[in-house]
Amino acid sequence: MSEQKPGWRELPKGAVPYKTSEEYETGDWGVERPEIDRSRCTKCMLCHFYCPEGAIKVREDGYTEVDLRYCKGCGICATECPVKCIEMVRKK
Amino acid sequence: MMEKQILMGMNGDEAVAYATKQVNPDVVAAYPITPQTIIVERFSEYVADGLVDTEFVAVESEHSALSSCVGAAATGARAFTATAANGLALMWEITYIAASLRLPIVMAIVNRAMSAPINIHNDHSDSMGARDSGWIQIYCENSQEVYDACIEAWKMGEHLDVQLPVMVCLDGFTLGHTMENVLTLPDKAVKEFIGERKFITVEGHLGEVEFRLDPDNPLTMGPLDLQDFYFEHKLQQVEAMGEALKAIPEVDAEYAKVSGRRYGMLHPYRMEDAEVAVMGLGSTMGTVRYVIDELREEGVKAGLLKMRVFRPFPVEDLIEVVGDTPVVGVLDKAASFGAPGGPLYEEVKTAFYDEADRPLIADYIYGLGGRDASPKLIRGVFKSLEEIRSRGEVAEKVSYVGVRE
Repeated sequence: MSEQKPGWRELPKGAVPYKTSEEYETGDWGVERPEIDRSRCTKCMLCHFYCPEGAIKVREDGYTEVDLRYCKGCGICATECPVKCIEMVRKK
Repeated sequence: MMEKQILMGMNGDEAVAYATKQVNPDVVAAYPITPQTIIVERFSEYVADGLVDTEFVAVESEHSALSSCVGAAATGARAFTATAANGLALMWEITYIAASLRLPIVMAIVNRAMSAPINIHNDHSDSMGARDSGWIQIYCENSQEVYDACIEAWKMGEHLDVQLPVMVCLDGFTLGHTMENVLTLPDKAVKEFIGERKFITVEGHLGEVEFRLDPDNPLTMGPLDLQDFYFEHKLQQVEAMGEALKAIPEVDAEYAKVSGRRYGMLHPYRMEDAEVAVMGLGSTMGTVRYVIDELREEGVKAGLLKMRVFRPFPVEDLIEVVGDTPVVGVLDKAASFGAPGGPLYEEVKTAFYDEADRPLIADYIYGLGGRDASPKLIRGVFKSLEEIRSRGEVAEKVSYVGVRE
């Protein structure tokens, strides 16, 4: 992360976070990212429920989509997918 | 305006409970442990008799006692607890959390030796172990000081530049269970003195809010804080202790106007021309003062430097009060195993290291597990200090006094 972080004089006291977890993007933590093959996806949505980060949302059309701003690349979705349509690929 | 005061017979524990009754905190969560039990007993009687508005939480452990106080203080309540020795040890992780979350809780520590072997009597091994937890620490000499500190502590901790929890330390049994005369303020005067709890404002994720948990103004306190922010938050605690050095004398001055009793970080006694001086914490300082009067009669220029506030450590005041006193003996009522000396001694020596004119300093570890600190023992310390003075060097840096060889 290349953002400029505030110094101790600026930060709120009492260890109050200066921004929400929504703004704290953890997507650059992981080594791999999930890639969904929608031609085989059955729209079961298990990946959405299993994702510990809440980084997989369900689209209007019923397919799921990974928000790479937050995905840490743990691979739980790929492991749990009953039709094995999620593959973990190395980030570039 | 000076208030008309009532003289009451109280032991140290009762003085804590009585002062706290007058403060009328929102929450008291405590678990009884000797020699602190009287505080919890008395206070629960006040609750049962309807003399306070306090929510009394009868918890199952000290860990829960301080945790409850953290939760209560985080919502903006005034929270009080009290403990001793092993009880403080069980609170351990929460002592750091209370200070890091900047919650001005007040806690009475009725100092007792840490087990093992099990011992219920007084030394400072419990609170000295917590000296790095980020709490302000006040050590009391008598029940009057206990009463006064238990009122002042709220103002010190809640000071907007400070926002830290405060430990009021009193020696177990020696103060805790010994009846003394205590001048007490009227309830109204205490209420006016402490006023309402004030809050700092912080920039939360939804904008600027008062620093307290409020569903209408949501705020998160102390979530995961890794390599990128933890260090900054520790710096804020360092700064708060620096601010406390300034705020405590302000509160003392304000309290003096109401009570006529003026406290300071350090209390010198006959130090102006002292050639040998003793410094230390707590009830033993009364005995030292008594011995000094005797020694002065005998022509020994003896002096005392009682340290009332140990955290924050008043370095500048210490250097000023010691002045050109050539020899200082430090009384440590706690051992720090494997360390160069007792905890007070180490800090006193550190404070003087950069001074061109510094006294010869020797450490006397005494009174562990409640071993009596008699006038005879204190005389022995002064005798040793006089020997150091005539020899011009400290032969034995750390001595253990009052122990069988």
